[in-house]
Amino acid sequence: MDLLNAIVAFANFVMLPAVAYGSQLALGALGVTMIYGILRFSNFAHGDTMAFGAMATILGTWWLQAMGVSLGPLPTALLALPAGIAATAVLVLLTDRLVYRFYREQKSAPVILVIVSMGVMFVTNGLVRFVIGVDEQRFADGARFIITAREFKELTGLKEGLAIKSTAMLTVVVAIIVVALLFWFLNRTRTGKSMRAFSDNEDLALLSGISPERVVMFTWIIVAALATIAGVLYGLDKSFKPFNYFQLLLPIFASAIVGGLGNPIGAIAGGFVIAFSEVTITYAFKKVAGYLIPAWEPQGLVQLLSTDYKFAVSFALLIVVLLFRPTGLFRGKAL
Amino acid sequence: MSDPFLIGDSLSGGYGRGVDILHSCTISVNEGEIAVIVGPNGAGKSTAMKAVFGMLDLHEGSVKLGGEDISHLSPQDRVAKGMAFVPQNSNTFTSLTVEENLEMGAFLRRDDISGTLAQVYELFPVLKEKRRQTAGELSGGQRQQVAVGRALMTQPRVLMLDEPTAGVSPVVMDELFDRIIEVARTGISILMVEQNARQALEIADRGYVMVQGQNAFTDTGEALLADPEVRRSFLGG
Amino acid sequence: MTLKPRDMTLFLAVLALIAATGFLQSWNVALGILNMGLVSAIMALGVNMQWGYAGLFNIGVMGFLALGGLSTVIISKPPVVEAWDAGGPRVIFALLVGTAAIVAAILAWKRMPAGKARAPALVAILILGFFVYRWLFDPAVAAIEAVSPARAGNLGGLGLPVLIAWPVGALLAAGAAWVVGKTALGLRSDYLAIATLGISEIIIAVLKNEDWLSRGVKNVSGIPRPVPYEIDLQNSERFVERVSAFGFDPVTASTITVKLAYAGLFLAVLIFLLWLAQAALNSPWGRMMRAIRDNEVAAEAMGKDVTARHLQVFILGSAVCGLAGAMMTTLDGQLTPASYQPLRFTFLIWVMVIVGGSGNNFGAVLGGMLIWYLWVMVEPLGVALIGGITAGMPDGFWLKDHLLETAAHMRLLTMGLILLLVLRFSPRGLIPER
Repeated sequence: MDLLNAIVAFANFVMLPAVAYGSQLALGALGVTMIYGILRFSNFAHGDTMAFGAMATILGTWWLQAMGVSLGPLPTALLALPAGIAATAVLVLLTDRLVYRFYREQKSAPVILVIVSMGVMFVTNGLVRFVIGVDEQRFADGARFIITAREFKELTGLKEGLAIKSTAMLTVVVAIIVVALLFWFLNRTRTGKSMRAFSDNEDLALLSGISPERVVMFTWIIVAALATIAGVLYGLDKSFKPFNYFQLLLPIFASAIVGGLGNPIGAIAGGFVIAFSEVTITYAFKKVAGYLIPAWEPQGLVQLLSTDYKFAVSFALLIVVLLFRPTGLFRGKAL
Repeated sequence: MSDPFLIGDSLSGGYGRGVDILHSCTISVNEGEIAVIVGPNGAGKSTAMKAVFGMLDLHEGSVKLGGEDISHLSPQDRVAKGMAFVPQNSNTFTSLTVEENLEMGAFLRRDDISGTLAQVYELFPVLKEKRRQTAGELSGGQRQQVAVGRALMTQPRVLMLDEPTAGVSPVVMDELFDRIIEVARTGISILMVEQNARQALEIADRGYVMVQGQNAFTDTGEALLADPEVRRSFLGG
Repeated sequence: MTLKPRDMTLFLAVLALIAATGFLQSWNVALGILNMGLVSAIMALGVNMQWGYAGLFNIGVMGFLALGGLSTVIISKPPVVEAWDAGGPRVIFALLVGTAAIVAAILAWKRMPAGKARAPALVAILILGFFVYRWLFDPAVAAIEAVSPARAGNLGGLGLPVLIAWPVGALLAAGAAWVVGKTALGLRSDYLAIATLGISEIIIAVLKNEDWLSRGVKNVSGIPRPVPYEIDLQNSERFVERVSAFGFDPVTASTITVKLAYAGLFLAVLIFLLWLAQAALNSPWGRMMRAIRDNEVAAEAMGKDVTARHLQVFILGSAVCGLAGAMMTTLDGQLTPASYQPLRFTFLIWVMVIVGGSGNNFGAVLGGMLIWYLWVMVEPLGVALIGGITAGMPDGFWLKDHLLETAAHMRLLTMGLILLLVLRFSPRGLIPER
């Protein structure tokens, strides 16, 4: 029984949060890795693109809520998502047209594009703050839990409860659908294949008549969709605060690099590796340990690292990968 | 002699603002024939072919395809006009499967490509066998076949090959040359640059010996092979 | 290199802008901008060494600045004796043990033959080291933080003059830069960027959470000054007599005197650093750095150890940032870990370097002063602008309220636009590299 309790406690406080967080990171890292693979630079504005997408969706959600529209147990934000994606796509396409395209035509060094993306980051960040402010915004509605801790306890008779947040579940389901759609697109459609071809060998893609501008446009649209979905899911699951999205930049890049920059499967794997490490290492195992070894009464929280140092986990993994396998777990591009 | 199907006429030019590499160099190929450019290292063989394909800044001369002046078209536009180019290096999409490589070759086509695909598989049976594998997993010779196959997928009127046999074994080379002859028989003109001058001239309808960016000798392949001076200077006796 | 007349004009223009603030608003504000502008110029110099000389992409500037800030606490605050008695030596010992474990792990990895035993040995050393470290560290920290937490709760410092903290800040930053550089240099440029971003976030997290060291979010205030206090000046008869003779109000005069004293100190440091930086840039070393930046492959083929040179310049640039960070905290008189924001303390410095002219020390200085001026002035200007736009709207209209409320965020938008415009239309900056 105690073993079961320990497992349930572990699942409740480590597994479930890590799976949800891992899905969010994976979606974010997919966006970063797509830009890297096709436009060939590290996009530091990605966190703020996520914030913008989430903001656009929140505004749509509020409007829908004001109109009295609701999705029942599901959050209304899902209905507003397409509009949010569209708004973000417009933003990134406009940015590409006004900013990035010039450097692409100049064939600028990737590092110049990175600095340019810093400028875009400032502007997008400013835009988000200008429209919605810096404060925390809540926009989640619908059912809070699929099963609450109390219901679970009554159901199973265990001492420990397993609460499944509907937003966490939603995150995972949406992430699976999105990833499946993305891979279907990349591997099965003509445009998707041409994007992979362009990422693989730009010169040969040109010789085959693949239009770079078309590939770039599709990439931005997909990245806008990924960023918006990741941003909204993160916002639903935790809460929306513009600065948090900037802070996600480090774990997202860590995920993409750990998995192998430019490799979509790597981005997903990296997201979960980072999320699981972060949650496991910063979780206080006192409770779990209490069930497993009742005789041992630990003084502290049995926590390897305080949650304030969760960045350190992404960072440490990043360093380990950089030192021992710079191309990442799934061999991305090492330019 | 009627006008050749593809001709780069008295081309002079170089890369960007650098010095000229080509000096009034003329390269042409007739319909369904094989033209081969040979010459010592650094003679500008590949450069001459790239000039015909529009990858060089020309300031003299013109390129005509089927009588139409295409000197000002970009390489991509020349692809649309029916020219296909197989570069010497990184000429496949290594992370894509063989079949996807071929599909990408036909990217510009909107019609049904299954017929061409079958033709390419017939020409290179090993590719059909390995069509689900990524190109990066294939051997050097097989990869060259993918590269040629990819170029054929556009249903080109001219196929340009930059040293297709570089780095492959003699057996594979002979086989590749056989395939190239087969392609030419279907009516496609072939222009290629080769290091292996002797073997290449043997299959050539027309041969160009280039030296320092200029035409040194131009004749049929057979005649060049027989020319004592060409033999002495370029074919090692 | 000497300054061209055009460059001199630019410098005079920035000084004129600041002077205009003095005439129109107040000299206190103007001198405040000048002082922080001088510190910003030094930060920009540091980043310019890394980016402009060597093409290294450091986006962890904030972390190096914060280390400099920490050094002011460690050097100048008086020690908290009870806290030292409670656990000082034990904390130091724990840190030494932790470091020793990492060094042992690195040595094991380097000395042991590659084989099955190596990776487990590495992991075992690290895990064992970690637990010993925590076993030593945790009780000591609890003991220290229990000592009058409202007033202290930390170890305090060494009680030395605060000016010593400036070079020490540079040393701390150099040490951190050595660790980052050792791991991330020699890899792709954006990997260094991510690594520096990570280390800076970690440094800030340490400052925010290690109360025994920096009091965390409780801040450390009252850091001793290298210049007199206003109140002492006002109480000094000689000072009051002298300023009154010139017809100044003693209170205003005292604040201005203090600010001028800071300005003098900062200017001296800036001129010294600028002189050093110019000498370095024009020396064979500087020429080699630029040669490496412009063509790494060729330089490597000529037998230059590119990674070692990069490490050198990365450490130097970070040290300058650490120095600037210590100066800034000295100017503020307090260390507030929560105030370190990457947009303000990393990316803004980058805007300064790019706008000023990367690769040119004078450009970096100019960019530092100018962008700092704009950073300060854009907010009131933005509010005024929005005020003008919304003047025609009725009071209580939602758009008016919203615009007025968010006008303060114009800053980031403006800085981003300036950066993008400069990159696009004048990528070499205001004072280009020769």
